[in-house]
Amino acid sequence: MEFINQPWPWYLSGVAIALIMLLLQLSGKKFGMSSNLRTICSICGAGNQAQFFRFDWKAQKWNLIVVLGAIIGGFIAAHFMTNSSAVLINSNTITNLKTLGFESAGSAYVPSELFGANAFADPKTLLILFIGGLFVGFGARYAGGCTSGHAISGLSNLQVPSLIAVIGFFIGGLIMTHLIFPIIF
Amino acid sequence: MYKSEAASWFRIYEMFRFEAFHMYGIIGTALVIGVINTLLIKRYDIKSFFGSSIMFVPKEKGIRRYIIGGVIFGLGWALAGACPGPMFTLLGAGFLPILIVILGALLGTFLYGLLRSNLPH
Repeated sequence: MEFINQPWPWYLSGVAIALIMLLLQLSGKKFGMSSNLRTICSICGAGNQAQFFRFDWKAQKWNLIVVLGAIIGGFIAAHFMTNSSAVLINSNTITNLKTLGFESAGSAYVPSELFGANAFADPKTLLILFIGGLFVGFGARYAGGCTSGHAISGLSNLQVPSLIAVIGFFIGGLIMTHLIFPIIF
Repeated sequence: MYKSEAASWFRIYEMFRFEAFHMYGIIGTALVIGVINTLLIKRYDIKSFFGSSIMFVPKEKGIRRYIIGGVIFGLGWALAGACPGPMFTLLGAGFLPILIVILGALLGTFLYGLLRSNLPH
């Protein structure tokens, strides 16, 4: 049972994701998490402001169940299945993060500098989290999908647009990590 | 997501520095099995649980929306260290500041809906 409490290897996660996608395919659904953001906007009444949000969101209820599953899964994994939440990333990455001021690198699940108890009191942290989310939401809808919709289910169906989007994801990610991080941290 | 550390900000940062195989392994494994499953479903016309044919809707053609939208998404993915699935996993795990990221993502989606007709696609 010790295995349960250790971090799981990458291939197990890959198989689990593929299994979720297969179950959704066999249910006649599409695997895509960011569509839920649009659905939630519609539920909150965004249809009054933009045509984009006027669609039959009730038909997307199944996808909100997937979101609920992700929340419950996170809760169970973090509270009942974890001995140590430290993520053992490459030691070079840890050294690099410490020079940027991330002292929690190598000893936490997410940086306590961004996700710790003080986050709500620090305007710079709030801004970083907010802008990060804003770009994810805007970019995902503009590109018509996120990691699940393009990198996994789109590429699984050999879609060229998904390949272009994934190349875009990496261009953006590399610019942020290598060019912008040294400026903001 | 949580147990394989795919929801960890650190793993995303490490991925963009090409200093570990971990995230590439997760996405790669899911992709290889996904390609095989999708091919099998099409080849043998495997029916859904409800008996109907499984439709694969091709993505709309285009380049600009995918490259511009993709780059914007990538910038946010690296900064927040979470994409739209793991965001909710982190919420369940109790990292409450992720609520700010989720709020941002909802507003970003809303902003796209407002500006959609003015953007190149």
